[in-house]
Amino acid sequence: MNFTPWNKVQIARSPLRPTGLDYIENLFDDFIELHGDRRFSDDKAIVGGIASFKGIPVTVIAQQKGRNTKDNILRNFSMPHPEGYRKALRLMKQAEKFKRPIICFVDTPGAFCGIGAEERGQGEAIATNLASMMLLKTPILTFVISEGGSGGALALGVADRVYMLRHAIYSILSPEGFASILYKDSSRAEEAANDMKLTAQDLYKFGIIDGIIDESDGGVQTNSLKTMREIDMIIEKDLTSLINEETKDMLDKRYERYRKI
Amino acid sequence: MLSNIFRGKQYAVSKKYNRQSLKDNIEEKKKSIKENYVEIQYQETECKPNVPEGIVAKCAKCGKIIYNKLLISNNKICPECGAYFKMTAIERLSTIIDVDDLCIEYDKQVTTKDPLKFPGYKEKLLNLQKRTGLIDGILVVKAKIKTNDIYIAVMDPVFLMGSMGTAIGEKLTRLFERATKENLPVIVFCSSGGARMQEGIFSLMQMAKVSGALARHSEAGLLYISVLTDPTTGGVTASFAMLGDIILAEPKALIGFAGPRVIQQTIGQKLPEGFQRSEFLLEHGFIDKIVARNDMREVLSKIILLHQNKSQGGSKDEFYTME
Repeated sequence: MNFTPWNKVQIARSPLRPTGLDYIENLFDDFIELHGDRRFSDDKAIVGGIASFKGIPVTVIAQQKGRNTKDNILRNFSMPHPEGYRKALRLMKQAEKFKRPIICFVDTPGAFCGIGAEERGQGEAIATNLASMMLLKTPILTFVISEGGSGGALALGVADRVYMLRHAIYSILSPEGFASILYKDSSRAEEAANDMKLTAQDLYKFGIIDGIIDESDGGVQTNSLKTMREIDMIIEKDLTSLINEETKDMLDKRYERYRKI
Repeated sequence: MLSNIFRGKQYAVSKKYNRQSLKDNIEEKKKSIKENYVEIQYQETECKPNVPEGIVAKCAKCGKIIYNKLLISNNKICPECGAYFKMTAIERLSTIIDVDDLCIEYDKQVTTKDPLKFPGYKEKLLNLQKRTGLIDGILVVKAKIKTNDIYIAVMDPVFLMGSMGTAIGEKLTRLFERATKENLPVIVFCSSGGARMQEGIFSLMQMAKVSGALARHSEAGLLYISVLTDPTTGGVTASFAMLGDIILAEPKALIGFAGPRVIQQTIGQKLPEGFQRSEFLLEHGFIDKIVARNDMREVLSKIILLHQNKSQGGSKDEFYTME
């Protein structure tokens, strides 16, 4: 079946899709959620913690959409504040200290725009994650499971390998925001989606992501087990090869991954 | 007199560029061409200082009409009310560096390959390049500030609002890589509306690329000063602008991640007075110091000097053996 970019945007935003926590619960054992950035508060738009992947201790971090309206309000529709990114970085540094690989699940319309977010340095928080992740001496895998919106997604997306689900999108801005800036008309989002090249297929063609994870025509929710199994295999394969790599080589390759873009 | 330095020597700077950038050009061409930008033919045109068109300009703050000549000699500060006009990259540079000394421009020819083949983008770029004499929105040089070698990048707000695409990302990355190799400090003058929309995901990835090069420069124990000028927003704020060891800002510059209009639309309430201005950021702990335009060169040179003594503080033993 062929989907237009705009179809993909709508599929990626479907509230029926599994959320970050669904992936964590399915793919890992003994997940223990860890809270707070130790600076300001605990941002519920990002969940993170430690877990076991087939006996290997790992750190998992996910942007979390709500499973219903009430949950979505609690999760701020998966739009993190600076403290969310700082919590993520705290957990990543912790992972580095204890030599745990990091697995991130990206699913956000973007970092939150608001007074508090600006007061607490949204830009600084994202920037610090980008620079720090490039130097983290432990393997990082990122999966864009639904929506990858702007710097808010990239702040969990500087990794050794980045994958996207077949109907996921990853872009510089929402198509609505993009249309509002470039066409001065946010209702032309569909046209923007076409021009932006935001589908997993586009990004794979560009060499920006390392692979596409299959999902059913009807979306991952119609056969999520199949998708989970594929992710499970990728994590196993990548961790095996990354753990055996010299740290310096791994970091050089990570740097080169972005350097060539 | 500062005004005379600015007027008299600016042109000398740009002449030196031409000579040097030709040499630089040949050197650069020998290097392999990377994937998402191309290096276009250098054109033998005089690089003119980019003065505003016309003889007079109107101050956006006090509304007074001011002679351009007077404005430029006054570092583009309104002589009536003290408001800051935007500076082009070359104007800015000539107020900061030792204008009589060697200044080498790097990577002048780097331009984008239009990775998304975005409708109308190529034409827009060509028009802008013709009109402004710039190839993209950043000027990257190796120069001296009070005889100290330093790499400097200056973003140009006239070029698509200083937005960052693959060309700017690539030039900044090369700048940090060069500086790391040569053990030199870096100053970046930011002024940007953020990531360049027309290059989509490629622009977004430049944030990671530049931050990575910067992180390696930092790991090598080298100094990076970022100077935020009006406006610094979006993807630039969320990458190299906020990663300075020392972050300076011009007074009253707009600095933020999301633009004020977007925030106002999102939250549906009026924004507080002075929101996202330099003073606001200083108050909230996100910049080190607000520096007036006329003091910038002096402050930068002092900071550079204070980072020059490499022998101190290196090892614990040395540190405690004062007798």
